[in-house]
Amino acid sequence: MSYVPGQPVTAVVQRIEIHKLRQGDNLILGFSIGGGIDQDPTQNPFSEDKTDKGIYVTRVTEGGPAEIAGLQIGDKIMQVNGWDMTMVTHDQARKRLTKRNEEVVRLLVTRQSLQKDCLEKVHVPNCGKHYFLLSLVKLTVVKF
Amino acid sequence: MDTESTYSGYSHYSGHSKKAHRQGSRDRHKSPRSKDGSRSEKSVTIQTPPAEPLLGNDASRTEEGQDDNWGETTTAITGTSEHSISQEDIARISKDLEDSVGLDCKRYLGLTVAAVLGLLVFLTPIAFILLPQILWRDDLEPCGTVCEGLFISVAFKLLILLIGTWALFFRQPKADIPRVFVFRALLLVLIFLFVFSYWLFYGVRILDSKDTNYQGIVQYAVSLVDALLFIHYLAIVLLELRQLQPMFTVKVVRSTDGESRYYSLGHLSIQRAALVVLENYYRDFPVYNPALLTASKSRAAKHMAGLKVYNVDGPGNNASGQSRAMIAAAARRRDSSHNELYYEEADHERRVKKRRARLVVAVEEAFTHIKRLQTEEQQKAPGEMMDSREAAQAIFPSMARALQKYLRTTRQQQYHSMESILQHLSFCITNNMTPKAFLERYLSPGPTLQYDRDRWFSKQWTLVSEEAVTSGLQDGIVFVLKCLDFSLVANVKKIPFIKLSEEFIDPKSHKFVLRLQSETSV
Repeated sequence: MSYVPGQPVTAVVQRIEIHKLRQGDNLILGFSIGGGIDQDPTQNPFSEDKTDKGIYVTRVTEGGPAEIAGLQIGDKIMQVNGWDMTMVTHDQARKRLTKRNEEVVRLLVTRQSLQKDCLEKVHVPNCGKHYFLLSLVKLTVVKF
Repeated sequence: MDTESTYSGYSHYSGHSKKAHRQGSRDRHKSPRSKDGSRSEKSVTIQTPPAEPLLGNDASRTEEGQDDNWGETTTAITGTSEHSISQEDIARISKDLEDSVGLDCKRYLGLTVAAVLGLLVFLTPIAFILLPQILWRDDLEPCGTVCEGLFISVAFKLLILLIGTWALFFRQPKADIPRVFVFRALLLVLIFLFVFSYWLFYGVRILDSKDTNYQGIVQYAVSLVDALLFIHYLAIVLLELRQLQPMFTVKVVRSTDGESRYYSLGHLSIQRAALVVLENYYRDFPVYNPALLTASKSRAAKHMAGLKVYNVDGPGNNASGQSRAMIAAAARRRDSSHNELYYEEADHERRVKKRRARLVVAVEEAFTHIKRLQTEEQQKAPGEMMDSREAAQAIFPSMARALQKYLRTTRQQQYHSMESILQHLSFCITNNMTPKAFLERYLSPGPTLQYDRDRWFSKQWTLVSEEAVTSGLQDGIVFVLKCLDFSLVANVKKIPFIKLSEEFIDPKSHKFVLRLQSETSV
């Protein structure tokens, strides 16, 4: 799941659909995120590569919408509703997830067990219809 | 009257000079200390009148404050004294006189040679200028302003040379060193050769041929003075400047108790380095106290005492094998001498601290009784005024006992006589010192310079060295300075060559970033 700048990122992902729960005035999803390009990646306990600045799931509340949908602790969120989450700041990630006018968020998450199960075996009977390969091409912006 | 075999309490105190005290009577020195307790019932002499030198020896400040009971008997001052001197003392004193005279002769010989040479050298340019005037005045060519200018310059240069020589060389010699001082000897030889060659040239070319060019003669004299000034510069560089930059570090360890110090030295010969070490020894090392050394020897003796070696294999005296066996057995034997040491030391610490507390309290209380009178008050109450000596004598008895007990516990009692304590007390009162300042001299042993000369145990030193003492210091040289009771071992190490490189840091490059790890719940 670590990336080399300029090379496409390849990961086995799982699509998770979370229906937000209304609690008073807020719509909650039931998990906590950590990480981001403005955060310190060495303190992330879930990442395999300590330079990975992606968004990770740090807590899943029990019985919440995220747990029901199948989100697990330690998952790395790759996309939210089509928006990329591998190169965002922490605040941008929070905003993408908590848009008031969206009731359903569709996440693409990856975890190490997925990689191990699917990528080692060429024929993938276990990788069912929920898992598919995500390939991203990174556009590197060169700043002067 | 006294002979060596009787060790009565008085024989130790009878009027000995300090040199007789120091040399030879080591065993007599130690025995009276064991009789400390037995002296408490005698009335003791406190001062011997100093007006009677023994055999013309100048060393007779006989400080008899060695009695330790002044704490209990401070009210009685008896004036009796006993003078007795044995045959051995007479022989010893006369030998001392001879020794001291012999050394002085050698020192003074060197000094007189140097002084005579210096005088000759100083008068030489003047002689060069005056001799033609005296001998063949009429034949000389007149030379006007040039010569006068040269005369003035010669006069001032000679004056500067005189002042410089006085500043550099006319100093009290502070030490006797075993071998000749190489650089000084070199310089003397150089000066002598130089002046000799100038005189030779002068005598042959000028006196014999009666040269009439007076200006040339005067310029010749001026060149001599210039060269002398340059030799003076050379002397400064060789004798003073070269050793200033530190190149070596010397570690000096005292053999009896392990006290060590480090000193930095430049390029010196071994004997001069030894001098530096000794000068600093008197200032830095705490005074040598033989009373503190007896404990470890007795411990070691007890440790080996219980073992005996029996030879079961038959005759054959294997002495080294026996001693090795004893050492091995002693090492293996499980004894509790370390326990004893630990508890003894802890006990001693506690006792010292208690006595110290009592002493501090007693002294503080004693000092509160004294108040300094201001000048206006001095006219008002003339009756009770005391000077500082009387004030010291007035408050001394209240602290005497505590002080004596403390000195006994820390085994310093022979370093401080009652007279010296009274003097110090009146000194402190005169200078407005606090009780703590008065006590700092007694609470811990100070450097050797602080004490009386006859307590020093260390006045005659011998330099023991494997290299020649006039050779320079090198890395790894060891020399030993021995005196009668202990020795100082000096180990020379070179200061390492330091490679220093620079690194430039732009002050604007100090930038920081906040490293967060926040967690948001969504």
